[in-house]
Amino acid sequence: MSAVVASARRSRSSLTLWLGLLLVGLHVAVALLTLVWLPYDPTALTGGRLAPPSLEHWAGTDRLGRDFFTQIMIGSRIALIVGISAVAIGGLIGVTLGVLAAFATRLLDDALAATLDILIAFPTLLIAMLVVAASDTASLGTAVLALGIALSAIVARLTRILAKRVLLMDYITAARTSGTSWLGIVFQHVLPNIWPTLSVNFALQFGLAVIAEASLSYLGLGAPPPNASWGRLLQEAQGTVYTAPIGAIAPGIALVSLVIGVNLLADGLRDIGDPTRRVSR
Amino acid sequence: MLFVLLRLLPGDPANALLGVGATEAQIAAARTQVGSDQPLLTQFVSFVGNLARFDLGTSFVSKASVLSEIGNRLSVTVPLTILGFLLAIVIALPLGIIAAVKADRWYGAAISIVSQLGIAIPVFWLGILIVTIFAINLRLFPSGGFPLKGWANFGEAAVALALPVLTVALVIAASLLRYVRSATQDVIGSDYIRTARALGSGFVEALVRHGIRNGAVPVISILGIELATTFLGAVVVEKVFALPGLGSMLLLAIQQRDYPNVQGVLFISTLLVLLIGFAADLLQRFIDPRLRGRAGVS
Repeated sequence: MSAVVASARRSRSSLTLWLGLLLVGLHVAVALLTLVWLPYDPTALTGGRLAPPSLEHWAGTDRLGRDFFTQIMIGSRIALIVGISAVAIGGLIGVTLGVLAAFATRLLDDALAATLDILIAFPTLLIAMLVVAASDTASLGTAVLALGIALSAIVARLTRILAKRVLLMDYITAARTSGTSWLGIVFQHVLPNIWPTLSVNFALQFGLAVIAEASLSYLGLGAPPPNASWGRLLQEAQGTVYTAPIGAIAPGIALVSLVIGVNLLADGLRDIGDPTRRVSR
Repeated sequence: MLFVLLRLLPGDPANALLGVGATEAQIAAARTQVGSDQPLLTQFVSFVGNLARFDLGTSFVSKASVLSEIGNRLSVTVPLTILGFLLAIVIALPLGIIAAVKADRWYGAAISIVSQLGIAIPVFWLGILIVTIFAINLRLFPSGGFPLKGWANFGEAAVALALPVLTVALVIAASLLRYVRSATQDVIGSDYIRTARALGSGFVEALVRHGIRNGAVPVISILGIELATTFLGAVVVEKVFALPGLGSMLLLAIQQRDYPNVQGVLFISTLLVLLIGFAADLLQRFIDPRLRGRAGVS
């Protein structure tokens, strides 16, 4: 019985992985395509205003007559750039802080842990909003930096917990007694051991970052035009939702498909990377 | 910490107050008025002193008392958050339990898939979709706004909150459902349920008598976090539905560099978030006597 359940679970987790890869791959392909080819010039006024979807304009046109599908394609590129760079920044700051806290003296560790707990009580979006507000100009870079900082608290807390668990292991004691420096321990033992869990978490954070960036743009705190962020497209389309509902739907579908893709990918990777989840239960 | 973060905002509020055309003398006068000519330490001391007396100052822009403005705004955000939250529990509890108990049936799996979709949907898009369906196609509810008289106009205010509450509820329900499902799964697999079953109680009876109390503890701590997040995240929903809540006050204050307002909103929010966390902690101890002996949760 349990063998049947386990194999069903395994086949479902590989389905999850493939579906995730497919969705993410689609967005990566579109994003790469936009670098060399676009259906229309994104700023050109190519058709009637707020035209419904047609063979020429798959998602219709916006209030100025620009092709909407072209802008959604560019949105894929921006979302991927935002997601990857925000996770990279958040990961770098977060892992560094987390490892330092795990190695630090009791007092410093407690202080860092308490600060992180407070920061995590605030939603990513709110912290990002404050960081954006603290910088003079709204740009894609600011939004990415803000999200990276906001995510770093989550990464730091996770890293700290994982690293502390690793540091209790016998092989760490062995490495210490054989004279490995603490930097050596970090790079040879701690990071390789916590990496599988961290990377799954990074995938989830990528999804968080994409949603948060879209929300920032929706609130008018994101990248200014002509960056076609899905959030900004949706915000503009909300005003014309009576006449052209497609504009308020299509960018959302693009966004959700990317986030679901990454989440599925993370689920699939976790099931592969963690054998206990495969067999037990 | 709040104070430091806010002072990092570049741009003197005096400049923001007067606009580009102001003369040096006007700026100096405005600085004296808002206190940004004082040394940082003096500003900090007066800030802390005022907080202790619950005096959050007056807005740089509107000159209105920050506290009374927050009070007005809370009359929108608090009902929005709490009603949305209660509706979410009503949706998520039964569905989550069904998804766990009937995981091998198609509807159990379907519930799980829908909740997977739900956590990937940004709040604002869900809001826009709900507006499109209920306000534009069905014309059942207004697409946004709030009566100027507020709750004095009870019927209109309630109708104005219907769609925002639904949006908030669906967003929380999607993530709550996953926690309820996994808590239920843990309960089902546990020894005490097996024992109860072996002693002759039916599956549902065992679940109700022993499962709920045990399953509730982790769910309540999630509930506390979700409530706090919803409260702080109300800014997006309020923007979608053009509601004059606390979140839109914060957004406007950030855009206008209205420090007292930003500070006040953050202060009150932090206070509420801490209170919610405290309440969730108490409730957990009430349900699970094992937690009572333990010192504060780290």
